[in-house]
Amino acid sequence: MAPFAGFDMPISYPTGSVEEHLVTRRSVGLFDIDHMGQIEISGPGADEYVSRLVSARVSDMVVPQARYSLLLDGEGFVLDDLFVYRMPDSWWIVVNASNREADFAWFTAHAPKGVKVIDKSDETYMIAVQGPRAIELLDAIGKPAVSTLERFTWGRIAIEGVPVLFGRTGYTGEDGGELFFPAEKAEFLWKHILDSGAKLGIETMPIGLAARDSLRFEAGMPLHGHEISPSIKPLESGFKWACDFEKDFVGKEALEKLAAEGVTRKLVGLEVTGGVPREGYDVVDVSGRKVGVCVAGMFCPTVKKYAANAFVEPGLTKTGTRLAVLVRGQPKEAVVVKRPLYVPAYRR
Amino acid sequence: MSIDSKARYAESHEYARLDGAEVVVGISDHAQAELGDIVFVELPAVGKTIAKGQTFGVVESVKAASDLYMPVGGTVVAVNAALEGDPALVNRDCYGEGWMLRVKPSDAAQLDVLMDAAAYGATVGEA
Repeated sequence: MAPFAGFDMPISYPTGSVEEHLVTRRSVGLFDIDHMGQIEISGPGADEYVSRLVSARVSDMVVPQARYSLLLDGEGFVLDDLFVYRMPDSWWIVVNASNREADFAWFTAHAPKGVKVIDKSDETYMIAVQGPRAIELLDAIGKPAVSTLERFTWGRIAIEGVPVLFGRTGYTGEDGGELFFPAEKAEFLWKHILDSGAKLGIETMPIGLAARDSLRFEAGMPLHGHEISPSIKPLESGFKWACDFEKDFVGKEALEKLAAEGVTRKLVGLEVTGGVPREGYDVVDVSGRKVGVCVAGMFCPTVKKYAANAFVEPGLTKTGTRLAVLVRGQPKEAVVVKRPLYVPAYRR
Repeated sequence: MSIDSKARYAESHEYARLDGAEVVVGISDHAQAELGDIVFVELPAVGKTIAKGQTFGVVESVKAASDLYMPVGGTVVAVNAALEGDPALVNRDCYGEGWMLRVKPSDAAQLDVLMDAAAYGATVGEA
């Protein structure tokens, strides 16, 4: 167990994180992600307010859509990334554990009179069910079926009488969803999903933080504090697509200025030979000059590669560019590769 | 947890097992379990002479990189090339197919200084 944002979180279960990763890719992985925070926003003016605070376009969203967005500060740095759910009379915003309090304070501080910002994290539990057979499993145990929902939409279902808000979203590159439900039902639902998997012959396994990280990494999804953070701007890590420059939003001016001036570093994927790249390792060019730094790196179990995400000088981002990562001081061959290493199942 | 009764053990959890005139070196079952999934093993060049207690390589698990220390000094006569393609052999069979080095010891008496299976078992909480 490891402390993570005030929660005791399993790094891996006894099976080991590589097997956990592979089970999620071939069947179903169950993720205890109660550390994620949920904020509910409602009241007159809430639509305009949410639109101004988050970077993505939300004005065109209709029930039951859910959309990825960033939360930026006035200088264009990434405070957090989040999922925005369009509810009938409110917005449901899912934020990262480590930023829950800061995000809530940010939303509260910017809220105009009449807009209600409520932290729903304590009463809400969150479990992710991910993998190629996740939807089949959920359809077997819940009503109505979630298979009819499109990617990035939500629905309300019941599992053994427990009311569940289901989002067809996730952080693994696999199909599946994320379940929100009353916290007191957590243990029951967790066990019920695992038991049902066993009963139905659908291999289902609990997944720890290490595999959660390798799954998201392969699928090209960012982890706050690594590819995005309060010292990183979205244009540097390839998140222009999550910013709607046709609307007004906090951080927009700073990003427009940066776009005009040009970024000084860019996020790339590196495939490394002869060692495991890790966060903090330097990236050098063929002459040995430091040109960047790794912000994440690991062995990727599905593609069976050692890979890193690194910020490098903008002239070195072309696929095939030869660089090196200093693994404990030793240069190891690295080549710029296309991200993601694993194309999410729902995008194929 | 298994302990190879024929091997002797360093405090840093490497084992050394006499095999004829050579010593087979690897890490203990306790060590591999503590490390978790092993994803990379870096081993020295054959022919290199390394003193007892010096690093001979690195084992990388999902979690972290850890140095490997020579349980006995000597010259590396073979390294386990299979670990390059399948480092998880160390997890699956640390005393067998997951071996790391074969060493020609400079002084076989160095083995006697290492813990025997019973003593090592006691340090890692095994009967």
